[in-house]
Amino acid sequence: MPTFNDILIMAPEFYLVAAACVLLLADAFMTPEQRPQLHWISIVVLLVAGCLVIAGQPAQAVTAFGGMFVRDNVAEILKVFALGTTALVMVYARPYLIDLKLLIGEFYTLMIFAVIGIMLLVSAGNLVTVYLGLELLSLSSYALVALNRDAKLPSEAAIKYFVLGALASGMLLYGMSMVYGASGMGGTPSLDLASLHHVMAYTTAPKLLLFGLVFMLVGIGFKLGAAPFHMWIPDVYQGAPTPVTTFIASGSKLAAFGMAYRLLDAGMGDLSHQWQLMLAVLAVASLAIGNLVAIVQTNLKRMLAYSTISHMGYLLLGLAAAGPEGYAAAMFYAISYALMSVAAFGVILALARKGFECEEISDLKGLNQTSPWMAFLMLLAMFSLAGVPPLFGFWAKVLVLEAAIHADMLWLAVVGVVFAIIGLYYYLHVIKVMYFDKPAEGSVLQAKPDVTLRVMLSLNALSLLALGLYWGPLLGWCRRAFGL
Amino acid sequence: MNPQLFQLICFYTFGFVTVAAALSVITLRNTVHAVLALVLTFFSTACLWMLAEAEFLALALIVVYVGAVMVLFLFVVMMLDIDQERMREGFVKFLPVGLIVALVMLMEMLGLIGVRAMHAQVMGADPATAAGVSNTAWLGHALYTQYLLPFEIAALILTVGVVAAVALTLRQRTDARHESASQQVSVNPRDRIRIVKMAAERPAAELPVPPQESKP
Repeated sequence: MPTFNDILIMAPEFYLVAAACVLLLADAFMTPEQRPQLHWISIVVLLVAGCLVIAGQPAQAVTAFGGMFVRDNVAEILKVFALGTTALVMVYARPYLIDLKLLIGEFYTLMIFAVIGIMLLVSAGNLVTVYLGLELLSLSSYALVALNRDAKLPSEAAIKYFVLGALASGMLLYGMSMVYGASGMGGTPSLDLASLHHVMAYTTAPKLLLFGLVFMLVGIGFKLGAAPFHMWIPDVYQGAPTPVTTFIASGSKLAAFGMAYRLLDAGMGDLSHQWQLMLAVLAVASLAIGNLVAIVQTNLKRMLAYSTISHMGYLLLGLAAAGPEGYAAAMFYAISYALMSVAAFGVILALARKGFECEEISDLKGLNQTSPWMAFLMLLAMFSLAGVPPLFGFWAKVLVLEAAIHADMLWLAVVGVVFAIIGLYYYLHVIKVMYFDKPAEGSVLQAKPDVTLRVMLSLNALSLLALGLYWGPLLGWCRRAFGL
Repeated sequence: MNPQLFQLICFYTFGFVTVAAALSVITLRNTVHAVLALVLTFFSTACLWMLAEAEFLALALIVVYVGAVMVLFLFVVMMLDIDQERMREGFVKFLPVGLIVALVMLMEMLGLIGVRAMHAQVMGADPATAAGVSNTAWLGHALYTQYLLPFEIAALILTVGVVAAVALTLRQRTDARHESASQQVSVNPRDRIRIVKMAAERPAAELPVPPQESKP
């Protein structure tokens, strides 16, 4: 039976659920003049949840509801950054949402429900909680993508996302059912990840278990956006309203890493030598497709989408190393990618205005002359995404490559380095357009006069530089979480 | 008749019907017929589950899928004007690809079934039978104790579904006429109709005189 202690362990999640319900009701009773206040209330709600996560941090891993929910340091770090980046997304989104008349309560409640999904997913201790957390996150994301009903592109993106997402969920569920079946052959069937860890040792149907593993990997690959399960990423990134794209590129990626870690390490850890090679193949495919196709993109959001695919390739390098060092490097990479992509999309959001999305690379022509500070922030984000020292992204890449080498996968690290150099081209192209091209005739590319947005965006982009120079504490935190 | 034999006959009958109905879902040309075949598939699946002593799931399948979802489906399909000719185009073109996919899936399934067939006792004993209660009682007990957290998360997912549905469909369109129900209800009858009291007959003197036609 659930006890009070179980509820205490899940305090941040319960608090967020309650807050989301209160926000829903408040939205219904507010007058149109009061409604914009929901923006600040939602940000405070997320920040308070972040404080609850940090304040209630247990000394060692604890479980609630009979192992359904695991609260350990890995989950804590991912939750803190997921809450933080989502709050940042909300800050950046405000002027954009006002322009599109989308500053409505549903945007904020759906965002908070998605964050609850992330939090449940990263601390799932059971196949059922993994699946339900994933569905909570995905359903909210589908709706958020489609929220701008007046344009055609978002609806198309949402349908693609929904259909492909449903297919991936089905695959994942099918894989889970096979794993459950395999665990029942020669033992008691179990959905608990901790007890699934040793299934390989006793199961009389190892083939069925492997089949299940492959199907679950498809689901993970889809959620990460790793090639060849990346088809949805470019269309969704381009079609979704930019704040939602930002969220999918940051918070969702942290969740996908958490899900991959829970399923692969906690659940299928005994099979690591089996899935290592599968992940390596996914990583190489993602690096190749992401980096090569990004070169020919003219749409900035689409280019960043292909860049996401390549970054997920690097994240998979860390996961493929299949050890505490690799996981720590992959988590560090996920965090760095979330911060970098929020900064890059933040600049797009700051420059967009009514009727002008600022999503073509050519829209940034001569940004340095009209708005030098924004150009500098974009430069930081692009250099960091490319992995130029001394920025944050560089250290993240170094660590995953190191982890791959230590796991005796030198060839994988070599592929990673080669594609990092190829990838440099399209990030530098954006910088060249900003700094060396002449602004278009009559261009008035100016950042929005929203003070909070400017301050937070500056802090976010400068943090990429700061964390690049002083990355020890964050890495130490990540490594401690995996017991290093 | 031997009860076990009867059970076996039932299983094969329902199984055959399920497979045949599922096949006709994808082969029937008329969409309405295909939906009806899908109803039959669900129904015979429910019978199969009943045989496996999963009564609750079987009834839920009938109530939710056959009763609600499929009827909705039928409405949608009947309302759509589907061009039958266009649906059939490209059958020959896509046939080889389809055949390959089907062949691969068949091989996979045969492999899986082979795995299962080698182990006659697939799963452990039914926990409901072990506890000595009915399937539904055991399911309810498990849902509210062991699986309380997933149950509540499922409730959250449904909430998100409602919020999303309302957010995506309930919007003020400027290009369409719409009526406000609250305004219609709160309207005052006196603003709409003026009731005038008047005598049933008018005195002859007051009758309007037709205007005299002026002759040129």
